[in-house]
Amino acid sequence: MEIPSVAEKWSGKVGEVTIGATKDEGGTREKVVKVGGAACVPGMDFEGNVGNKPVIAMEVLDTAPEGWPDSLMEHYKDVVNDPAKWAEKCVKEFGAELICLKLDGVHPDKGNKSPDDAAKTVRSVLESVGVPLIIWGCEDPEKDNEVMPKVSEAAKGEKCLLSCATQDNYKTITAVCLADGHNLVTQAPVDVNIQKQVNILVTDIGFPVDRLVMFQTAGALGYGIEYVYSIQERERLAALSGDKWLSLPVLTNVGYESWRAKEAKAADSEAPGWGLAKERGLLWETITATTLIQSGVDIIRMLHPTAIKSVKQYIDDLYGNNNA
Amino acid sequence: MIAVGERINGMFSDVKKAIKERNPGAIHDLARRQTEAGASYLDVNVGPGIADQVEAMKWLVSEIQEVSKTPVSIDSQKIEVAKAGLEAASAPALINSCKSLEVLNEWVDLALKHNSSLVCLTIDKRGIPQDIDTRMELAASIVGTALERGLEPSRLFIDPILFPVNVDQKQPSYLLEVCRQITYISDPPPHIICGLSNLSQGTKERGLINRAYLTMALPAGLDSAVMDVLDNDLMDAAITTEMLLNKQIYSDAFLKAARS
Repeated sequence: MEIPSVAEKWSGKVGEVTIGATKDEGGTREKVVKVGGAACVPGMDFEGNVGNKPVIAMEVLDTAPEGWPDSLMEHYKDVVNDPAKWAEKCVKEFGAELICLKLDGVHPDKGNKSPDDAAKTVRSVLESVGVPLIIWGCEDPEKDNEVMPKVSEAAKGEKCLLSCATQDNYKTITAVCLADGHNLVTQAPVDVNIQKQVNILVTDIGFPVDRLVMFQTAGALGYGIEYVYSIQERERLAALSGDKWLSLPVLTNVGYESWRAKEAKAADSEAPGWGLAKERGLLWETITATTLIQSGVDIIRMLHPTAIKSVKQYIDDLYGNNNA
Repeated sequence: MIAVGERINGMFSDVKKAIKERNPGAIHDLARRQTEAGASYLDVNVGPGIADQVEAMKWLVSEIQEVSKTPVSIDSQKIEVAKAGLEAASAPALINSCKSLEVLNEWVDLALKHNSSLVCLTIDKRGIPQDIDTRMELAASIVGTALERGLEPSRLFIDPILFPVNVDQKQPSYLLEVCRQITYISDPPPHIICGLSNLSQGTKERGLINRAYLTMALPAGLDSAVMDVLDNDLMDAAITTEMLLNKQIYSDAFLKAARS
């Protein structure tokens, strides 16, 4: 007897977004990064095209990070005061394909750097590396509305990915991304309904859907990862079922969320029964990343070089070495 | 749901006049408006009293395609008219409909040849069934025949025939039961379609009757209807029902999202 196929037939597909522009395309990047394109859930290549491999964006801060444990800081301590050098180290030493520059230092409570300072930092990072750039605001809506227009202009033509548009604050960043040719992150607080709404709102004012990436504020292992997983999975299943408002690549912020967990950052003396801090934190980040990848994500923001290496290996194992 | 816009039909006087005069203005307008309203297919019926139905069908399909990319539903029970419509259609169409089990093979082959979907009425030489069981027997035979010849259930639409409520008031609830049972015929099941406006023929409160019935039939398994997509309240009711059935993800702009 013939065994009937149990493969799902998906009617939809995740859109593809290109980050970065080479010289020929009006930018100065050495290469571009394509994300999205999946026509099946991760690891189910018999149901459809798996799309582009998820890509890891290595995090660079515009100001020296606070509260990082030694096991993380030891890899960056020589560069934390210079974002351009930090980015360069990520690319040259750790093989980063994509950099996420987080403008932490412009936050009113964390340094309150000026929009011009932020623009200068962006230029210096763009000059120091040839990989495409994600530029992340400080997440203070008012300050971001001052800073992101300057930053966007400073990176004009580079087709960066800028973050982020939310339901309550989307007009300014959407307009500047549109004017300067960047891609845009739409963000929702672990809420699929709001995510869909933000996507509708930004396209309503004319932003092209093929330049959008979605972000549900993540949660690490032990801190709501199941909930984030289920929301991201629901988004991906809706995309594959033809909901065009959710058929966008997904970004997740694993590094920051993982290293916030006490299990990741507690020193050996604080948690003697938990294993060595040196291994614990990077394992926390690795497991958070590999778990969320299975829900369907396309860009993963990460921090620890060894965790990144492991997750890259995992992605290669899951997706095969040849990109789709 | 799969909403088939019913308005391009020679039964309507504006369409009949447009066909007779070969004046495409009214057809273009209806094609555009039904597309904007969220139609999945545009039904094309030349109506009675047109001398050359084949030529009229070809003309209608090509005029519709001038202004709309929405696929057409070729509405004729004459196979030569259906063929003409399918040949003129630039995208896979819906064939509406095969009117009897006895001629099903020919219509399935037509659908296969044109990479189209096919509506089949639950009728055979005994006529239109009035009860649940005969409709189910016919639905099962239709699915069996279609599968044997290679037409997948995803391209098959069963129309269990909806009567006007003022003709036989038992029929609307019979139809709901038929919908429930058809969903068990095969896995995946065929689509279930009805001519929704038929239900309210000759009644007052036509819009309300259509709307109330659609919200009852969608949870029973109906997933398609030839309907007045220009009736905004009806479309809102359909979209809201599907959202409440968790078939569409809610957003504050869900009515708009479903139409675009």
